[in-house]
Amino acid sequence: MTGNLVRRLWLPPLAAGLLLGVQVAPAAAQQELHIGIIAPVTGIFAQVGADMLNGFKMYLEQTNSNFAGIKVVPIIEDSQGKPDLAVTKAKKLILEDHVQIIVGGVLATEGYALAPVSTAEKTVYISSVTAADDLTQRQLGNYPYFVRTSWTSSQPNHPLGQWACDQGYKKVAAIAADYAFGYESLGGFQKAFEDCGGKIIQKIWPPIGTKDFGPYIPTIKSDADAVYSLMVGPMTLQFPKQLRQSGYTKPIIGGSVSYDEASLPFMGDEVIGDVSAEQYSAALQTPANQTFVKNYRAKYGKVPSYFSESNYTTALMIDDVMKEIGGKWPGSEAFIAKLLALKVDAPRGPVSLDDMRNPIQNIYIKKVEKTKLFGYDKPELWDVVVKTYPNVSQFWTYGKDAFLKQPVYSRDFPPCKYCE
Amino acid sequence: MTRPRSSVLLVVAVLAAVALIVPHTTSFAILIVTRVLAFSILVMSLDLLLGFTGLASLGQAAYLGVGAYLTAILAARYQIGLGYDFWLVIALGVIGGAALAAVFGLLALRATGVYFLMITLALGQCVWGLAYRWNSLTGGDNGINLPHRPKFGIDLADPVVFFYVVFGFFALSLLIMYTLVRSPFGRSLTGIRERELRMKILGYNTWLHKYLAFVIAGAFGGLSGVLWAHTAGIVSPDNVVLTTSVDALLMAVLGGSGTLVGGVIGAGVVLFIREYLSTLVHWWQYVLGGVYVLVILYLPGGLMSIPERVRQWRAAQSGASGASNFATMGR
Repeated sequence: MTGNLVRRLWLPPLAAGLLLGVQVAPAAAQQELHIGIIAPVTGIFAQVGADMLNGFKMYLEQTNSNFAGIKVVPIIEDSQGKPDLAVTKAKKLILEDHVQIIVGGVLATEGYALAPVSTAEKTVYISSVTAADDLTQRQLGNYPYFVRTSWTSSQPNHPLGQWACDQGYKKVAAIAADYAFGYESLGGFQKAFEDCGGKIIQKIWPPIGTKDFGPYIPTIKSDADAVYSLMVGPMTLQFPKQLRQSGYTKPIIGGSVSYDEASLPFMGDEVIGDVSAEQYSAALQTPANQTFVKNYRAKYGKVPSYFSESNYTTALMIDDVMKEIGGKWPGSEAFIAKLLALKVDAPRGPVSLDDMRNPIQNIYIKKVEKTKLFGYDKPELWDVVVKTYPNVSQFWTYGKDAFLKQPVYSRDFPPCKYCE
Repeated sequence: MTRPRSSVLLVVAVLAAVALIVPHTTSFAILIVTRVLAFSILVMSLDLLLGFTGLASLGQAAYLGVGAYLTAILAARYQIGLGYDFWLVIALGVIGGAALAAVFGLLALRATGVYFLMITLALGQCVWGLAYRWNSLTGGDNGINLPHRPKFGIDLADPVVFFYVVFGFFALSLLIMYTLVRSPFGRSLTGIRERELRMKILGYNTWLHKYLAFVIAGAFGGLSGVLWAHTAGIVSPDNVVLTTSVDALLMAVLGGSGTLVGGVIGAGVVLFIREYLSTLVHWWQYVLGGVYVLVILYLPGGLMSIPERVRQWRAAQSGASGASNFATMGR
């Protein structure tokens, strides 16, 4: 009995010791810059995660991971799209891998989860995707170590609203994914569109992840001149297909990621002619972008999406700061100060950061066309740029102070004055 | 549970080892173990239903959600629960979980078997729907950030202190639930699991027994939620989504239902693979899937049935060698 007990006792502590005693790599050496990248490698956002990582890695390979003499060590962690796991992984990156910078996060909720960690641990957090408006607007004060190199959800939607108005559309019916990203995108579109004299006559909120739009499509008002759609993930593929199959022939105006290159290669010809707005298009006719697209595609077999470009540019910006400083990690505050003063020519065009730490950048109105570009031999779907709004800030034409006085865009703001 | 005393000793020894070893590991390991312990309380509460009462619930995350959202809303909006009133929030979390279970129990316990599964699933999704859509209260999909961990004499922001606090609540929960399942009340729950009709005929109010078990499980779920909210400092609908309930159920089954400790092992294995192994290798999902498949194929009683299996195998071996084993087999 006693012997039996002893025999049974030794195993679990040994196992526990084995599990817990595993020590991760020793502290950062002097001449290394550790960058933690948090992206969804598994789960429903895995494609987006792959685009992000490929963009970042491509820049590292082009520079041989050498930023002004410092060796860059990227450490990739899988957030699995879960905010609390993103926090756990961020703590691992900071406390054990001693990263100086954290890059990444996809969903707004990951951004909101990671920003406080950066404050608590005094570690730079660069959001290369997460677009939640308030992180660089009403809540920025809480997050002194937070910088964004991507965009706010509403940023491309303000010019899109103006553009739709300029096309002569008077009434637009809107259908948008039912979460903060959807509210902020549609909010921006509605604000600019209605300020110019247009009317949003309807708002439909399908839950995120909707695959069957059958219950929603018949409710779209027939007197609308166009439909505004904001879809994410697999919804982007289903909505235009099902809407066109139902016989709808009026224009579709898509917010940002609705027609992003993350989904575009998987779409059918029914999306030809649909319009969207974003800070990047793979079809951008600049030498910088052409080189970027060709290199990226040769390497990863797919056209880059904004997710790829944004992370490539983030790496580029970190490199530029390191060059300016002269190849020595200057500490979080000094790094951020240098980053904020930076102006870069990215594949997406000129990028600089405003005093609320969000990029000022071109917004492109893009129309899906089937065409041959960059010497590729097959006609393919491309987001061809039809109009460029140069140097757009997150506050559009409203001015920072006036803009920040209004509440963050939500399901009820701006109110739907013309809905019946 | 052939030899309860040695089993209890073993559990106590392992817990003591965890309490002694873990604080000397890396801060990330401490965080993971803390998360495992906090989530284990939820898995054990589910085991109370699944393993001892025979009620497979697919909505257990709802109670974790109540505790977690209560903690987050009180802390972020009213600054309650960040000092000594942390204990108040613990009490509120327990009461909130129990209260929600008291309501849901009235609805869910009208059904049994797969219908019970479906009703608990639907009720759990109602809570998720509230968390997701009630933007003004819950922050919708963005969730709520907690300002910081409580501080009262001791500072829970210190990972080791927080670990010991969670460890204390975990050990206490385990003790209470263990006492509960070995009490006459617990025995009658097992009776209901085995044959409800017979228990009815014997004069037991089986509905009331199940209802009480359901409410108690809800209370522990609420406690688990309060602690869980403080592990990551963010509460979002992701905490109450169906997959969290499914996780809890799978962990209980993986470890071995009807053992309480099995749920802890299950939670440990799953969270270790998902949160620790995923930092080391990118094929962790295959490991997780492999563990599930192997356990279901070869260990239907969960990981906790391994000692029993070994004993049977040994008995078979010594039986083959000619020794008489009547005595051991009789136990």
